[in-house]
Amino acid sequence: MNRTVNPKELPLDDDNGPLYVAQKKVYPQSISGTFRRIKWGLMAFCLGVYYFLPFVRWNRGLGAPNQAVLIDLPNSRFYFFFIELWPQEVYYFTGLLIVAAVALFLMNSVGGRIWCGYLCPQTVWTDLFYAVERLIEGDRRERMKKDKSSDPMKLERISEIVLKHSIWLLIGWWTGGAWVLYFNDAPTLVRELVTFQAPMIAYIWIGILTATTYVLAGFMREQVCTYMCPWPRIQAALTDEWALNVTYRYDRGEKRTSVKKAAELRALGEQVGDCVDCYQCVAVCPTGIDIRNGPQLECIQCGLCIDACDNVMTKIGRPKRLIGYDNDVNIQRRQEGKAPVYRIVRARTVAYSAIIAAVGGIMIYTLATRSLLDVNVLHDRNPVAVRLSDGSIRNAYTVRLLNKSGYDRVIAIDASGPVNATIHVIGIDSVTQDRPMIVVPRDSTSELRVLVTAPLEGNPEKSIPVRFHVTDIGLGEVASATDNFVAP
Amino acid sequence: MTDHHSDIDPVSGRSTTGHEWDGIKELNTPLPRWWVITFYLTIVWAVGYWIVYPAWPLISGNTTGLFGYSTRADVAVELANLEKIRGAKMVALGAASLVEIEKDPALLALARAKGKTVFGDNCAPCHGSGGAGAKGYPNLNDDDWLWGGSLDQIMQTIQFGARSGHAKTHEGQMLAFGKDGVLKPEEIVTAANYVRALSGLPTRKGYDAAKGEKIFAENCVACHGDGGKGNPEMGAPNLTDKIWLYGSDEATLIETISQGRAGVMPAWEGRLDPATIKAMAVYVHSLGGGK
Repeated sequence: MNRTVNPKELPLDDDNGPLYVAQKKVYPQSISGTFRRIKWGLMAFCLGVYYFLPFVRWNRGLGAPNQAVLIDLPNSRFYFFFIELWPQEVYYFTGLLIVAAVALFLMNSVGGRIWCGYLCPQTVWTDLFYAVERLIEGDRRERMKKDKSSDPMKLERISEIVLKHSIWLLIGWWTGGAWVLYFNDAPTLVRELVTFQAPMIAYIWIGILTATTYVLAGFMREQVCTYMCPWPRIQAALTDEWALNVTYRYDRGEKRTSVKKAAELRALGEQVGDCVDCYQCVAVCPTGIDIRNGPQLECIQCGLCIDACDNVMTKIGRPKRLIGYDNDVNIQRRQEGKAPVYRIVRARTVAYSAIIAAVGGIMIYTLATRSLLDVNVLHDRNPVAVRLSDGSIRNAYTVRLLNKSGYDRVIAIDASGPVNATIHVIGIDSVTQDRPMIVVPRDSTSELRVLVTAPLEGNPEKSIPVRFHVTDIGLGEVASATDNFVAP
Repeated sequence: MTDHHSDIDPVSGRSTTGHEWDGIKELNTPLPRWWVITFYLTIVWAVGYWIVYPAWPLISGNTTGLFGYSTRADVAVELANLEKIRGAKMVALGAASLVEIEKDPALLALARAKGKTVFGDNCAPCHGSGGAGAKGYPNLNDDDWLWGGSLDQIMQTIQFGARSGHAKTHEGQMLAFGKDGVLKPEEIVTAANYVRALSGLPTRKGYDAAKGEKIFAENCVACHGDGGKGNPEMGAPNLTDKIWLYGSDEATLIETISQGRAGVMPAWEGRLDPATIKAMAVYVHSLGGGK
């Protein structure tokens, strides 16, 4: 909620100043509490997964990569533990993106900008960079003092600055280094990187990601969220009155006084707010805003102001959660003397959950029933049919066999449909005349030219469906595809 | 200039731009400094582009840029690289025998891909893009071959052609029995009907089969063989099958016997390199009719 301010009390904008505003450096104070603990835990989890996942091994058999998560661009394959995807199956990523987007909406309708505050890489890395900064240069007040100081720099201060930036660059370098490991066999690439034998593109990508991590988490920080990210704008359009957001409960906090004055007024039986104007919520805020001004674009809802305020409330003996996850509906209900209502289950959240379940269900189903043997057929267009010297008709097809498994297969192919049809595969002499056999190497495709010949006596129909059956001779796995047999 | 000082939004306490729509005023929200700097840097970067790359049109041509970069030169490099990659494969193709190529899936795929492109450029005008042929131009997908349908025979025909004037070309033609006065018109009609009967087609009323047989034995057997089975040595077609290069109706047959036929297939040796001709032979053979 925005409070009305008398214009005369405010510092006026300078009309003759530049057309831009300088970035106000934010010095978040360290804090401990529930939300800080959650953030530390999530940071450790997210970074742990990101940095170490490429080293996890997964046995796929001889000849196949044994990296659990691998994007193999040269061979156009994507490996994720037991899943191996081919480029034509990119729709799984589409499904994943739909689930991710709707999960973001769901998080938003339940607890506001959960993504921004706890999980977004920008938040996680910035948080890590702040932790480094705090460790080396000290907490909020010390850092502000050191930055303001106009004294000539001493060796101690210079070494602090050098150390901070070195560690930042090291984190950035590791971030870039982990990135490239997802595209190559990690242990091999690490060895190559160390001995300077890795491909140039690997060093270039490490360089790019070192630079982006260093600049975005070390310098741009909250500016990324406020000016560069589209999500705050989209989020504002997707929220509703029931979504829980980090909120200053002004019904409880106003009117603000000092601790001493509040005690005096309470003794007189007067109504006083719990906010003692200690500015702790502002001091810990990583985006440098005052949550008491109501919901703001800049607020990433990391919950650190809740921890800060809780600590103060505990000290002055007032109930916790003057700032907490809440919404305006409940503030108004409390002002009217009604009990607060929390509606997590409502049309919006049910709809989002249903979409996630539906898309996720379809994905799991198609993955579980995904065939490792497939066949595609394309009829020759010119000529569509050929009359042979004995009067019979022949059609030619381009048949592609797909072997998505990790071992070579012997595939038999036969065609049915036209009466007395015979099948011939160019380049294949088969002992079984009506059922040529082809070896399809592991994890690859074979394109065949297939001829189907049929006598078609009498007055043939213009077009007869023809079905191509392919059978794995060893395993009995089958696949089939249908096309047409055409008379000239 | 609007006086912003007098125009403060009471809720936010910030000045407005002075723009007003139906009582709604726009807050003055200046851009962050880094954004403005980045914006100017992109302009500087663009100027760099003008200098480094081809950019400004001149009266004839354009500025070429510092390094003389052009996309056309890029394409030339790419094509040269492609040729380098292909080079080794085409050498392998040239070294393998025709039968080996058909048995090796990788060589077969290469030969078919190469053959298809070269066929489109050189053969399609007569034989059609898929080799389906036309009147007087054989269909290369069927199993009827004037000069033989084995890999070697197909390659020989591509190399030297038919009646092409090349020293090693296929010779032999359908004589003009009518034009040259060898057969009388009514004998030609009888011969035409005899030929139709050979492949089971109906004959006209009053046709004398014995007379037809006699004419055929005296004039046609030399090339077309006993019973009209044809002879690939002479390019004489099999007259008993269902495939007709010029047509099987009586009028067309009469025309063929009277005027003769001598279609020309050019020789490709010297115009295409040996590896390409091999690829062509394999491609044509793999169209389906190859023997």
